[in-house]
Amino acid sequence: MSDKSAASAAFKQVMKQYGGIFLSLIVLCVIFSVTNGRFMSVANFLNILQQVSVIAIAAFGMTWVILLGEIDLSIGSIIAVAGMVGAQCFAFGMSFVPALILTIAAGALLGLANGVLTAKFLLPSFIVTVATMGIYRGMVSLPTNGAPAMIMEPSWTAIGTQSFIGIPIVIWVVAVLFLFNHILLSKTKFGRRAYLTGGNREAALYSGIKVDRLKIIIFMISGVMAAISGVLLSSRLFSAQTNAGMSYELDAIAAAVLGGTSLAGGVGTMIGTLIGALIIGVLNNGMNMLSVPYFYQLIVKGLVILVAVYLDVRSKRAKQ
Amino acid sequence: MAISGDKVILEIRDMSKEFGAVKALKTMQLSVRPGRVHTILGENGAGKSTLMKILAGVYQPTTGSIVLDGQPYAPSNPQDAARAGLTIVFQELSLCNNMTVAENILATREPSRGGFINDKALVRKAAELVKELGLPVSVTDQVGDLSIAQRQLVEIAKGLSIDAKVVILDEPTSSLSDSEAEILFEIIGRLKEKGVAIIYISHRMEEIMRLSDDITVVRDGSYITTRDKTEVTIAELIALMVGRDMNEIYPPRDVAAPASTEKPVLAVNGLSRSEEFENVSFDIRPGEILGFFGLIGSGRSEVMNTLFGMAHASAGTVAIDGAQVKITSPVEAIERRIGFVTENRKEEGLVLSHSVESNISMVALDGFSSLFGFLKRKRERDAAKAEVARLSIKTASLDTIAGSLSGGNQQKIVLAKWLLTKPKILILDEPTRGVDVGAKFEIYKIIRQLAAEGTAILLVSSELPEVIGMSDRVVVMSEGKVTAIADPDQMTPEKIMHFATGFAS
Repeated sequence: MSDKSAASAAFKQVMKQYGGIFLSLIVLCVIFSVTNGRFMSVANFLNILQQVSVIAIAAFGMTWVILLGEIDLSIGSIIAVAGMVGAQCFAFGMSFVPALILTIAAGALLGLANGVLTAKFLLPSFIVTVATMGIYRGMVSLPTNGAPAMIMEPSWTAIGTQSFIGIPIVIWVVAVLFLFNHILLSKTKFGRRAYLTGGNREAALYSGIKVDRLKIIIFMISGVMAAISGVLLSSRLFSAQTNAGMSYELDAIAAAVLGGTSLAGGVGTMIGTLIGALIIGVLNNGMNMLSVPYFYQLIVKGLVILVAVYLDVRSKRAKQ
Repeated sequence: MAISGDKVILEIRDMSKEFGAVKALKTMQLSVRPGRVHTILGENGAGKSTLMKILAGVYQPTTGSIVLDGQPYAPSNPQDAARAGLTIVFQELSLCNNMTVAENILATREPSRGGFINDKALVRKAAELVKELGLPVSVTDQVGDLSIAQRQLVEIAKGLSIDAKVVILDEPTSSLSDSEAEILFEIIGRLKEKGVAIIYISHRMEEIMRLSDDITVVRDGSYITTRDKTEVTIAELIALMVGRDMNEIYPPRDVAAPASTEKPVLAVNGLSRSEEFENVSFDIRPGEILGFFGLIGSGRSEVMNTLFGMAHASAGTVAIDGAQVKITSPVEAIERRIGFVTENRKEEGLVLSHSVESNISMVALDGFSSLFGFLKRKRERDAAKAEVARLSIKTASLDTIAGSLSGGNQQKIVLAKWLLTKPKILILDEPTRGVDVGAKFEIYKIIRQLAAEGTAILLVSSELPEVIGMSDRVVVMSEGKVTAIADPDQMTPEKIMHFATGFAS
């Protein structure tokens, strides 16, 4: 098979799988291009990617969790915790690399707690993460008594503000994490086991898959992704805000579900989630450019999610 | 041969059904008379399910017509079918576990006033029905607390709670023990007396011969023939079904059974688990097929679950190749090269929404991955392809969704996933349940082949002929205890049944 036909086969595969959702994205882009001349530009697309980066990365983590038939509502709070951990590291005079490692480790630890409570204590993840959402959110305010903490460390703030070969660093981060999650999910034994366990936990158990361990690791991945999102967000804001990332878990779930991840588990891809996150980004950006009031934006976003998911469900049903 | 003379309650003429390019039914016909049990017999994929779904209003036929009680009958949904007096009890359980028996039986038809359910009337109505049918359940029990067999009976009661002229029973005994099946047969007898026509689907030949009045054989979506039960033998029916003569249902052994002097690969001694089974001891040699027979509730499956590390023993020892082992999880069992084809392939065996390939490679995934856990997709595909060919699994491709295959082919996928691990000890719990005769025979051949290659096989089954036909020795269990271990040559079905029911003579 030549490269060209391989590429076209790959494109066909993508269209077959993501046709409905991809079409929605294009339709949105067309609508916004017509209504606003400045929408269709490289600068604006980079802008959209930058805006969507925090949600996209959190949504990669969420995809793993949903794939397993679980849910993680604590990621918005973990985003805020991460920013605060970073800020405190610098307040104690740490340098960039150890601060970054500590921040990501904090995300892993909070995810570990979610995972252990779900897998070992057999509590439903919905309840566990509703509880930890509150606990983690409260923890953000502990060091500062609820005040925001400034972050002046230049290498930290550079992540959210600087570019590398003409492309903002945050976009590089999204690209690297997308590739990492995509490869881990679609090319490795670990990813396959996540699919199998999400598809039928009992069968996975009988087939010798260490279901509990898998679940804990996946909640840790979700925590780590949220923590990296928190790094990006705090670097862009030059500060750790106690209400940072509030309700981002809903956008992350929306991105994953828009991208075809099944809440029943066992179905979903990172490509789909990326497209889902882009839809949310394009919507936010397009409506902001049109100066649509925030409350209208909420209504439109909700409706678009309903329509896009409906189209997707319908096209999948038609194929069967 | 068409049935003439008698009154006909349900008549299907020249029916066909196409799904796109696939012809599920080609030329189907059927005449059902009131007060008779009419069995539809055919291999999986012969068109039975499609036919039943058309009768139930789930599908509409492409061509053909149905007459029910003298009226043209063309239901567009199951409610239509119920109103016209046709009820169907599917083999899949469709009960709400968190609700009571009464609430389930009368679901959507609860006696109510002003939108409020009249609980007393609900319980009374359901209790009448349960009493009339003689079910061993209380209507106020939660369905979730009942055994699978009791649930199946409740499912049947639910189907019979409307006054039906025609009742379709789709494999109703597949999860019933013999004594529970008796209850069902009594119910069927009572329905017959009331003049209800029963369309019966089952794979169990003995049961069919016992219950049926008329037997219609279907094959490849076409009507083959209808016979009166008294005019036909099991061998003839099987030949009609598969379109070929099948002299023996069980393939003979090509290799002699291992000598009793050979060292056992697995030795179980005094294994107990509180409230499930106690003091279970047996051993099995490489290449031996050791049957496990017992009625539902005898503890067979529980013993297997414990051997596989899904449950923990409270006492007793397990030795593999002479060395004592402690297996506390399936992971450890698999490491010791034990395979386990469980009783419920849809719940514990397969990921139905995934491809044939990824189901087959599921257990042996370690063998298809490199350093850092990257999958070797080509090697995985080749291995899956080889298993599909070896077990002659009928699937459009390796990417086909496992859930879309027939029961027999699904079961072969479960077998394939364990064969890839090259087990030393293979536990088969009801390996032919819900599988048609043709696929059954193929599965038996695979079992023989594995034994010939030296695999020790624990064959758990509630079908006595299967246990006797396949095993070298049989362990009989009753109420959690081993009541006999014997060579089937020296044992009659009657004797084994005696041990299984606890009346050791």
